[in-house]
Amino acid sequence: MDAVGQNAAAEWVRIHPLLVRITHWINALAILIMVTSGWQIYNASPLFGFVIPDDLTLGGWLGGALQWHFAAMWLLAVNGLVYIAYGVMTGHFRRKLFPITPRALLRDVLEALRGRLAHDDLSMYNAAQRAAYLAIIVAGMVLVFSGLAIWKPVQLQELTALCGGYEGARLVHFFAMAILVLIALVHVVMVVLVPRSFPTMITGRARRAS
Amino acid sequence: MKQRAMQSRLAGHSAPLIEKIERRQFLKQSLSLGGLALLSGCELTEDDGVQRVLMSMSRWNDRAQGWLFNPNKLAPEYPESAITKPFPFNAFYGEDEIEEVDANSYKLDLAGLIREKKPWSLPELHALPQISQITRHICVEGWSAIGKWGGVRLSTFLERIGADTSARYVGFKCVDDYYSSIDMATALHPQTLLALRFADQVLPPKYGFPMKLRIPTKLGFKNPKHIMAMFVTNTYPGGYWEDKGYNWFSGS
Repeated sequence: MDAVGQNAAAEWVRIHPLLVRITHWINALAILIMVTSGWQIYNASPLFGFVIPDDLTLGGWLGGALQWHFAAMWLLAVNGLVYIAYGVMTGHFRRKLFPITPRALLRDVLEALRGRLAHDDLSMYNAAQRAAYLAIIVAGMVLVFSGLAIWKPVQLQELTALCGGYEGARLVHFFAMAILVLIALVHVVMVVLVPRSFPTMITGRARRAS
Repeated sequence: MKQRAMQSRLAGHSAPLIEKIERRQFLKQSLSLGGLALLSGCELTEDDGVQRVLMSMSRWNDRAQGWLFNPNKLAPEYPESAITKPFPFNAFYGEDEIEEVDANSYKLDLAGLIREKKPWSLPELHALPQISQITRHICVEGWSAIGKWGGVRLSTFLERIGADTSARYVGFKCVDDYYSSIDMATALHPQTLLALRFADQVLPPKYGFPMKLRIPTKLGFKNPKHIMAMFVTNTYPGGYWEDKGYNWFSGS
Protein backbone atom coordinates (compact mmCIF):
# COMPACT_ATOMS: atom_id res chain seq x y z
CA MET A 1 0.00 0.00 0.00
CA ASP A 2 2.73 2.41 1.02
CA ALA A 3 4.87 1.39 -1.87
CA VAL A 4 2.03 1.87 -4.27
CA GLY A 5 1.22 5.22 -2.71
CA GLN A 6 4.81 6.38 -3.03
CA ASN A 7 4.94 5.15 -6.53
CA ALA A 8 1.75 7.02 -7.35
CA ALA A 9 3.06 10.16 -5.66
CA ALA A 10 6.09 10.01 -7.88
CA GLU A 11 4.02 9.67 -11.04
CA TRP A 12 1.30 12.21 -10.38
CA VAL A 13 1.92 15.89 -10.59
CA ARG A 14 -0.31 18.82 -9.63
CA ILE A 15 -0.90 20.90 -12.74
CA HIS A 16 -3.98 23.02 -11.94
CA PRO A 17 -4.01 24.92 -8.63
CA LEU A 18 -7.22 24.61 -6.58
CA LEU A 19 -8.19 28.24 -7.13
CA VAL A 20 -7.87 27.88 -10.90
CA ARG A 21 -10.08 24.79 -10.87
CA ILE A 22 -12.78 26.44 -8.75
CA THR A 23 -12.83 29.65 -10.79
CA HIS A 24 -12.76 27.64 -14.03
CA TRP A 25 -16.00 25.82 -13.21
CA ILE A 26 -17.75 28.85 -11.74
CA ASN A 27 -16.74 30.70 -14.88
CA ALA A 28 -18.05 27.91 -17.11
CA LEU A 29 -21.45 28.14 -15.40
CA ALA A 30 -21.47 31.96 -15.45
CA ILE A 31 -20.54 32.06 -19.15
CA LEU A 32 -23.20 29.48 -20.00
CA ILE A 33 -25.86 31.57 -18.25
CA MET A 34 -24.58 34.87 -19.69
CA VAL A 35 -24.38 33.58 -23.25
CA THR A 36 -27.74 31.78 -23.33
CA SER A 37 -29.61 34.61 -21.58
CA GLY A 38 -27.74 37.09 -23.78
CA TRP A 39 -29.03 35.29 -26.88
CA GLN A 40 -32.60 35.71 -25.63
CA ILE A 41 -31.92 39.42 -25.07
CA TYR A 42 -30.41 39.63 -28.58
CA ASN A 43 -33.63 38.16 -29.99
CA ALA A 44 -35.68 41.04 -28.55
CA SER A 45 -33.98 43.39 -31.00
CA PRO A 46 -31.65 41.48 -33.34
CA LEU A 47 -28.59 43.38 -34.54
CA PHE A 48 -28.37 41.24 -37.65
CA GLY A 49 -30.73 39.37 -39.94
CA PHE A 50 -31.02 36.28 -37.77
CA VAL A 51 -32.33 35.21 -34.39
CA ILE A 52 -31.02 32.55 -32.04
CA PRO A 53 -33.25 29.44 -31.81
CA ASP A 54 -35.34 29.65 -28.64
CA ASP A 55 -34.19 26.20 -27.51
CA LEU A 56 -30.67 27.55 -27.07
CA THR A 57 -31.76 30.48 -24.94
CA LEU A 58 -32.39 30.99 -21.26
CA GLY A 59 -35.10 33.00 -19.55
CA GLY A 60 -38.18 32.28 -21.68
CA TRP A 61 -38.80 35.92 -22.50
CA LEU A 62 -36.85 39.19 -22.43
CA GLY A 63 -37.66 39.97 -18.78
CA GLY A 64 -36.62 36.50 -17.62
CA ALA A 65 -33.43 36.60 -19.67
CA LEU A 66 -32.53 40.03 -18.27
CA GLN A 67 -33.00 38.70 -14.73
CA TRP A 68 -30.61 35.83 -15.45
CA HIS A 69 -28.14 38.11 -17.25
CA PHE A 70 -28.01 40.75 -14.52
CA ALA A 71 -27.80 38.13 -11.76
CA ALA A 72 -25.06 36.04 -13.38
CA MET A 73 -23.04 39.16 -14.28
CA TRP A 74 -22.06 39.44 -10.60
CA LEU A 75 -20.94 35.82 -10.56
CA LEU A 76 -18.94 36.35 -13.75
CA ALA A 77 -17.36 39.62 -12.63
CA VAL A 78 -16.44 38.63 -9.06
CA ASN A 79 -15.16 35.22 -10.14
CA GLY A 80 -13.23 36.80 -13.01
CA LEU A 81 -11.65 39.38 -10.72
CA VAL A 82 -10.51 36.66 -8.29
CA TYR A 83 -9.07 34.60 -11.15
CA ILE A 84 -7.25 37.51 -12.79
CA ALA A 85 -5.90 38.82 -9.47
CA TYR A 86 -4.63 35.32 -8.68
CA GLY A 87 -3.16 34.86 -12.16
CA VAL A 88 -1.31 38.17 -12.09
CA MET A 89 -0.14 38.13 -8.47
CA THR A 90 1.09 34.54 -8.26
CA GLY A 91 2.78 34.61 -11.66
CA HIS A 92 0.38 31.88 -12.87
CA PHE A 93 -0.33 33.75 -16.11
CA ARG A 94 3.35 34.49 -16.73
CA ARG A 95 4.34 30.86 -16.20
CA LYS A 96 1.48 29.22 -18.08
CA LEU A 97 0.56 31.65 -20.86
CA PHE A 98 3.84 33.30 -21.80
CA PRO A 99 5.86 33.60 -23.90
CA ILE A 100 3.75 33.32 -27.05
CA THR A 101 5.74 33.87 -30.23
CA PRO A 102 3.99 34.21 -33.59
CA ARG A 103 6.33 31.56 -34.98
CA ALA A 104 5.47 29.00 -32.31
CA LEU A 105 1.80 29.86 -32.62
CA LEU A 106 1.79 29.31 -36.38
CA ARG A 107 3.66 26.02 -35.98
CA ASP A 108 1.32 24.72 -33.29
CA VAL A 109 -1.84 25.75 -35.12
CA LEU A 110 -0.62 23.95 -38.28
CA GLU A 111 0.27 20.90 -36.20
CA ALA A 112 -3.14 20.98 -34.58
CA LEU A 113 -4.85 21.11 -37.97
CA ARG A 114 -2.87 18.03 -39.00
CA GLY A 115 -4.02 16.38 -35.80
CA ARG A 116 -0.48 16.07 -34.49
CA LEU A 117 -0.41 18.69 -31.79
CA ALA A 118 1.92 17.83 -28.93
CA HIS A 119 0.12 17.98 -25.60
CA ASP A 120 1.78 15.00 -23.91
CA ASP A 121 2.82 17.03 -20.92
CA LEU A 122 -0.48 18.38 -19.61
CA SER A 123 1.33 20.80 -17.31
CA MET A 124 2.75 22.72 -20.28
CA TYR A 125 0.54 24.59 -22.71
CA ASN A 126 1.57 24.70 -26.36
CA ALA A 127 1.53 28.02 -28.16
CA ALA A 128 -1.94 27.48 -29.65
CA GLN A 129 -3.35 26.83 -26.18
CA ARG A 130 -1.58 29.83 -24.69
CA ALA A 131 -2.98 32.09 -27.40
CA ALA A 132 -6.48 30.62 -27.02
CA TYR A 133 -6.54 30.93 -23.23
CA LEU A 134 -5.18 34.46 -23.36
CA ALA A 135 -7.72 35.37 -26.04
CA ILE A 136 -10.59 34.00 -23.95
CA ILE A 137 -9.46 36.10 -20.98
CA VAL A 138 -9.25 39.21 -23.18
CA ALA A 139 -12.61 38.46 -24.82
CA GLY A 140 -14.15 38.02 -21.38
CA MET A 141 -12.79 41.39 -20.28
CA VAL A 142 -14.06 43.07 -23.44
CA LEU A 143 -17.47 41.48 -22.81
CA VAL A 144 -17.59 42.81 -19.25
CA PHE A 145 -16.54 46.33 -20.25
CA SER A 146 -18.81 46.55 -23.30
CA GLY A 147 -21.61 45.08 -21.18
CA LEU A 148 -21.10 47.82 -18.59
CA ALA A 149 -21.11 50.35 -21.43
CA ILE A 150 -24.52 49.06 -22.62
CA TRP A 151 -25.93 48.82 -19.09
CA LYS A 152 -24.78 52.29 -17.98
CA PRO A 153 -24.40 54.53 -21.07
CA VAL A 154 -25.04 57.61 -18.91
CA GLN A 155 -23.28 56.86 -15.63
CA LEU A 156 -20.32 55.22 -17.45
CA GLN A 157 -20.58 57.32 -20.61
CA GLU A 158 -16.79 57.63 -20.95
CA LEU A 159 -16.58 53.84 -21.20
CA THR A 160 -19.50 53.83 -23.65
CA ALA A 161 -17.75 56.44 -25.79
CA LEU A 162 -14.64 54.24 -25.77
CA CYS A 163 -16.77 51.40 -27.20
CA GLY A 164 -17.97 53.64 -30.04
CA GLY A 165 -21.12 54.90 -28.32
CA TYR A 166 -24.18 52.93 -27.24
CA GLU A 167 -24.80 51.25 -30.60
CA GLY A 168 -21.07 50.62 -31.00
CA ALA A 169 -20.96 48.94 -27.59
CA ARG A 170 -23.76 46.57 -28.66
CA LEU A 171 -21.66 45.50 -31.66
CA VAL A 172 -18.50 45.12 -29.56
CA HIS A 173 -20.48 43.06 -27.03
CA PHE A 174 -21.86 40.83 -29.78
CA PHE A 175 -18.54 40.17 -31.51
CA ALA A 176 -16.68 39.58 -28.25
CA MET A 177 -19.39 37.02 -27.43
CA ALA A 178 -18.96 35.39 -30.84
CA ILE A 179 -15.18 35.12 -30.35
CA LEU A 180 -15.56 33.78 -26.83
CA VAL A 181 -18.13 31.18 -27.89
CA LEU A 182 -15.94 30.10 -30.80
CA ILE A 183 -12.88 29.63 -28.58
CA ALA A 184 -14.97 27.85 -25.94
CA LEU A 185 -16.31 25.44 -28.59
CA VAL A 186 -12.79 24.68 -29.87
CA HIS A 187 -11.75 24.23 -26.23
CA VAL A 188 -14.50 21.67 -25.64
CA VAL A 189 -13.65 19.84 -28.88
CA MET A 190 -10.01 19.68 -27.82
CA VAL A 191 -10.96 18.25 -24.42
CA VAL A 192 -13.00 15.58 -26.23
CA LEU A 193 -9.97 14.80 -28.43
CA VAL A 194 -7.61 14.67 -25.42
CA PRO A 195 -10.02 13.24 -22.83
CA ARG A 196 -7.35 12.66 -20.18
CA SER A 197 -7.08 16.43 -19.85
CA PHE A 198 -10.66 16.57 -18.52
CA PRO A 199 -10.24 15.06 -15.01
CA THR A 200 -7.20 17.26 -14.39
CA MET A 201 -9.46 20.33 -14.20
CA ILE A 202 -11.35 18.55 -11.40
CA THR A 203 -8.60 16.78 -9.44
CA GLY A 204 -5.81 19.12 -10.44
CA ARG A 205 -3.46 16.20 -11.01
CA ALA A 206 -2.05 14.57 -14.10
CA ARG A 207 0.21 11.58 -14.64
CA ARG A 208 3.66 12.85 -15.45
CA ALA A 209 4.67 12.11 -19.03
CA SER A 210 7.46 9.55 -19.06
CA MET B 1 -47.66 28.90 1.04
CA LYS B 2 -44.74 29.77 -1.13
CA GLN B 3 -46.74 32.51 -2.73
CA ARG B 4 -47.53 33.94 0.69
CA ALA B 5 -43.91 33.64 1.81
CA MET B 6 -42.80 35.50 -1.28
CA GLN B 7 -45.32 38.25 -0.72
CA SER B 8 -44.44 38.69 2.94
CA ARG B 9 -40.79 38.81 1.99
CA LEU B 10 -41.68 41.63 -0.36
CA ALA B 11 -43.75 43.43 2.25
CA GLY B 12 -43.40 47.12 1.69
CA HIS B 13 -44.00 46.51 -1.97
CA SER B 14 -47.69 47.34 -2.04
CA ALA B 15 -48.57 46.02 -5.49
CA PRO B 16 -48.59 42.22 -5.79
CA LEU B 17 -45.33 41.53 -7.54
CA ILE B 18 -46.45 39.06 -10.13
CA GLU B 19 -49.87 37.61 -10.67
CA LYS B 20 -49.98 33.92 -9.91
CA ILE B 21 -50.99 32.84 -13.38
CA GLU B 22 -48.44 35.05 -15.06
CA ARG B 23 -45.81 33.59 -12.83
CA ARG B 24 -46.78 30.02 -13.64
CA GLN B 25 -46.60 30.90 -17.30
CA PHE B 26 -43.29 32.61 -16.80
CA LEU B 27 -41.82 29.65 -14.93
CA LYS B 28 -43.02 27.24 -17.56
CA GLN B 29 -41.41 29.27 -20.31
CA SER B 30 -38.34 30.15 -18.37
CA LEU B 31 -36.11 27.32 -19.32
CA SER B 32 -35.86 25.62 -22.60
CA LEU B 33 -32.15 25.06 -22.40
CA GLY B 34 -31.45 21.37 -22.36
CA GLY B 35 -27.88 21.76 -21.23
CA LEU B 36 -28.67 23.56 -18.01
CA ALA B 37 -31.58 21.24 -17.31
CA LEU B 38 -29.21 18.30 -17.60
CA LEU B 39 -26.62 19.95 -15.39
CA SER B 40 -29.08 20.54 -12.59
CA GLY B 41 -30.92 17.29 -13.10
CA CYS B 42 -34.23 19.09 -12.98
CA GLU B 43 -36.10 21.78 -14.78
CA LEU B 44 -34.24 24.67 -13.28
CA THR B 45 -36.73 27.51 -13.33
CA GLU B 46 -39.70 25.33 -12.43
CA ASP B 47 -38.15 25.79 -9.05
CA ASP B 48 -39.61 28.59 -6.94
CA GLY B 49 -36.24 28.91 -5.25
CA VAL B 50 -34.50 29.92 -8.46
CA GLN B 51 -37.21 32.47 -9.15
CA ARG B 52 -36.81 33.89 -5.67
CA VAL B 53 -33.04 34.21 -6.13
CA LEU B 54 -33.53 36.01 -9.45
CA MET B 55 -36.05 38.41 -7.92
CA SER B 56 -33.81 39.20 -4.96
CA MET B 57 -30.89 39.74 -7.35
CA SER B 58 -33.09 42.20 -9.23
CA ARG B 59 -33.85 44.02 -5.94
CA TRP B 60 -30.11 44.02 -5.21
CA ASN B 61 -29.50 45.51 -8.66
CA ASP B 62 -32.03 48.25 -7.82
CA ARG B 63 -29.88 49.17 -4.81
CA ALA B 64 -26.61 48.89 -6.73
CA GLN B 65 -27.93 51.20 -9.45
CA GLY B 66 -29.17 53.64 -6.80
CA TRP B 67 -25.62 53.84 -5.44
CA LEU B 68 -24.16 54.14 -8.93
CA PHE B 69 -26.56 56.94 -9.88
CA ASN B 70 -24.76 60.28 -9.89
CA PRO B 71 -27.35 63.09 -9.67
CA ASN B 72 -24.94 65.47 -11.40
CA LYS B 73 -24.07 63.22 -14.33
CA LEU B 74 -25.89 64.35 -17.45
CA ALA B 75 -26.96 62.08 -20.28
CA PRO B 76 -25.14 62.98 -23.51
CA GLU B 77 -27.02 65.47 -25.68
CA TYR B 78 -26.90 65.39 -29.46
CA PRO B 79 -27.15 67.85 -32.37
CA GLU B 80 -30.41 68.17 -34.34
CA SER B 81 -28.77 66.25 -37.18
CA ALA B 82 -28.51 63.14 -34.99
CA ILE B 83 -32.28 62.87 -34.43
CA THR B 84 -33.75 59.53 -35.52
CA LYS B 85 -36.39 59.92 -38.23
CA PRO B 86 -38.96 58.57 -38.05
CA PHE B 87 -38.84 58.12 -34.29
CA PRO B 88 -40.21 54.63 -33.50
CA PHE B 89 -43.60 54.18 -31.87
CA ASN B 90 -43.51 51.76 -28.95
CA ALA B 91 -46.16 50.55 -26.48
CA PHE B 92 -47.64 47.33 -25.15
CA TYR B 93 -50.35 47.70 -27.83
CA GLY B 94 -50.48 48.62 -31.51
CA GLU B 95 -50.36 52.07 -33.04
CA ASP B 96 -54.07 51.80 -34.01
CA GLU B 97 -55.08 51.40 -30.35
CA ILE B 98 -53.69 54.70 -29.07
CA GLU B 99 -56.14 56.36 -26.67
CA GLU B 100 -57.02 59.95 -27.47
CA VAL B 101 -56.99 62.41 -24.58
CA ASP B 102 -59.19 65.51 -24.76
CA ALA B 103 -56.94 68.55 -24.35
CA ASN B 104 -59.70 70.83 -23.04
CA SER B 105 -60.92 68.61 -20.24
CA TYR B 106 -57.46 67.27 -19.35
CA LYS B 107 -56.40 67.62 -15.74
CA LEU B 108 -53.28 66.16 -14.18
CA ASP B 109 -54.34 64.68 -10.84
CA LEU B 110 -51.96 64.82 -7.91
CA ALA B 111 -51.92 62.60 -4.85
CA GLY B 112 -49.78 61.43 -1.96
CA LEU B 113 -47.09 63.42 -0.16
CA ILE B 114 -47.86 66.67 -1.97
CA ARG B 115 -48.92 69.94 -0.28
CA GLU B 116 -50.99 71.43 -3.12
CA LYS B 117 -53.02 68.70 -4.77
CA LYS B 118 -55.04 70.96 -7.07
CA PRO B 119 -55.25 69.27 -10.53
CA TRP B 120 -53.31 70.96 -13.34
CA SER B 121 -54.74 71.87 -16.74
CA LEU B 122 -52.67 71.80 -19.92
CA PRO B 123 -52.42 75.62 -20.27
CA GLU B 124 -51.16 75.80 -16.70
CA LEU B 125 -48.50 73.17 -17.43
CA HIS B 126 -47.46 74.94 -20.63
CA ALA B 127 -47.13 78.18 -18.65
CA LEU B 128 -44.36 76.72 -16.47
CA PRO B 129 -40.70 77.28 -17.47
CA GLN B 130 -39.91 75.04 -20.47
CA ILE B 131 -36.62 73.44 -21.47
CA SER B 132 -35.71 71.02 -24.26
CA GLN B 133 -33.22 68.25 -24.80
CA ILE B 134 -32.00 66.00 -27.60
CA THR B 135 -31.19 62.69 -25.97
CA ARG B 136 -31.02 58.99 -26.67
CA HIS B 137 -34.04 56.88 -25.79
CA ILE B 138 -32.80 53.35 -25.03
CA CYS B 139 -35.33 50.54 -25.08
CA VAL B 140 -35.04 47.56 -22.72
CA GLU B 141 -35.08 45.47 -25.92
CA GLY B 142 -31.74 46.95 -26.94
CA TRP B 143 -32.61 49.36 -29.75
CA SER B 144 -32.16 53.08 -29.31
CA ALA B 145 -33.37 56.27 -31.00
CA ILE B 146 -32.52 59.94 -30.58
CA GLY B 147 -35.34 62.42 -30.16
CA LYS B 148 -36.03 65.98 -29.08
CA TRP B 149 -38.34 66.56 -26.14
CA GLY B 150 -39.46 69.79 -24.53
CA GLY B 151 -41.30 70.43 -21.31
CA VAL B 152 -41.10 71.18 -17.62
CA ARG B 153 -38.33 69.95 -15.39
CA LEU B 154 -39.97 67.47 -13.03
CA SER B 155 -37.92 68.97 -10.18
CA THR B 156 -39.41 72.40 -10.96
CA PHE B 157 -42.90 70.93 -10.89
CA LEU B 158 -42.31 68.96 -7.68
CA GLU B 159 -41.09 72.14 -6.03
CA ARG B 160 -44.08 74.11 -7.33
CA ILE B 161 -46.63 71.66 -5.90
CA GLY B 162 -44.84 71.30 -2.59
CA ALA B 163 -43.95 67.64 -2.98
CA ASP B 164 -42.08 65.94 -0.16
CA THR B 165 -38.79 65.40 -1.98
CA SER B 166 -37.45 63.35 0.90
CA ALA B 167 -40.00 60.65 -0.03
CA ARG B 168 -38.72 57.61 -1.87
CA TYR B 169 -40.89 57.31 -4.96
CA VAL B 170 -42.77 59.27 -7.58
CA GLY B 171 -45.47 57.25 -9.31
CA PHE B 172 -47.37 57.84 -12.56
CA LYS B 173 -50.70 56.57 -13.89
CA CYS B 174 -51.58 56.75 -17.56
CA VAL B 175 -54.74 56.83 -19.65
CA ASP B 176 -53.94 53.44 -21.19
CA ASP B 177 -53.68 51.77 -17.74
CA TYR B 178 -49.92 51.84 -17.98
CA TYR B 179 -48.20 52.83 -14.75
CA SER B 180 -44.66 53.20 -13.51
CA SER B 181 -42.63 54.72 -10.72
CA ILE B 182 -39.17 56.16 -10.21
CA ASP B 183 -36.77 56.92 -7.38
CA MET B 184 -36.75 60.48 -6.00
CA ALA B 185 -33.08 61.04 -6.97
CA THR B 186 -33.93 60.46 -10.63
CA ALA B 187 -37.11 62.56 -10.31
CA LEU B 188 -34.94 65.49 -9.22
CA HIS B 189 -32.34 65.00 -11.98
CA PRO B 190 -32.07 68.13 -14.18
CA GLN B 191 -32.81 66.16 -17.39
CA THR B 192 -35.95 64.48 -16.07
CA LEU B 193 -38.83 66.22 -17.87
CA LEU B 194 -42.58 66.30 -17.90
CA ALA B 195 -42.49 66.41 -21.69
CA LEU B 196 -45.22 68.36 -23.48
CA ARG B 197 -43.49 68.68 -26.84
CA PHE B 198 -41.73 66.41 -29.29
CA ALA B 199 -39.59 67.69 -32.19
CA ASP B 200 -40.70 71.27 -31.38
CA GLN B 201 -44.38 70.34 -31.84
CA VAL B 202 -47.11 69.59 -29.34
CA LEU B 203 -46.52 65.99 -28.22
CA PRO B 204 -48.48 63.88 -30.73
CA PRO B 205 -50.74 61.04 -29.47
CA LYS B 206 -48.32 58.31 -30.55
CA TYR B 207 -45.57 59.76 -28.38
CA GLY B 208 -47.84 60.31 -25.37
CA PHE B 209 -50.18 63.31 -25.71
CA PRO B 210 -50.73 65.37 -23.68
CA MET B 211 -47.74 64.66 -21.44
CA LYS B 212 -45.12 61.99 -20.99
CA LEU B 213 -42.25 61.52 -18.62
CA ARG B 214 -38.87 61.86 -20.34
CA ILE B 215 -35.93 60.41 -18.40
CA PRO B 216 -32.72 60.06 -20.41
CA THR B 217 -31.10 58.32 -17.42
CA LYS B 218 -33.53 55.42 -17.55
CA LEU B 219 -34.71 52.81 -20.07
CA GLY B 220 -37.65 53.62 -22.34
CA PHE B 221 -40.32 51.75 -20.39
CA LYS B 222 -39.59 54.05 -17.43
CA ASN B 223 -40.83 56.96 -19.60
CA PRO B 224 -44.63 56.60 -19.28
CA LYS B 225 -46.88 58.34 -21.83
CA HIS B 226 -50.36 59.92 -21.55
CA ILE B 227 -49.82 60.70 -17.85
CA MET B 228 -53.12 61.35 -16.04
CA ALA B 229 -51.99 61.24 -12.42
CA MET B 230 -48.84 61.64 -10.39
CA PHE B 231 -48.23 60.74 -6.76
CA VAL B 232 -45.41 60.89 -4.23
CA THR B 233 -45.08 58.00 -1.80
CA ASN B 234 -42.81 55.96 0.42
CA THR B 235 -44.60 52.74 -0.54
CA TYR B 236 -43.10 50.89 -3.51
CA PRO B 237 -45.57 51.46 -6.37
CA GLY B 238 -44.11 49.03 -8.96
CA GLY B 239 -45.03 49.41 -12.60
CA TYR B 240 -46.69 47.69 -15.55
CA TRP B 241 -43.54 45.96 -16.81
CA GLU B 242 -41.76 46.05 -13.46
CA ASP B 243 -44.48 43.83 -11.96
CA LYS B 244 -43.94 41.36 -14.80
CA GLY B 245 -40.23 41.08 -14.06
CA TYR B 246 -38.33 43.97 -15.64
CA ASN B 247 -35.84 45.51 -13.26
CA TRP B 248 -37.46 48.41 -11.40
CA PHE B 249 -34.58 50.93 -11.32
CA SER B 250 -33.52 50.29 -14.95
CA GLY B 251 -31.07 53.19 -14.94
CA SER B 252 -28.81 54.00 -17.88
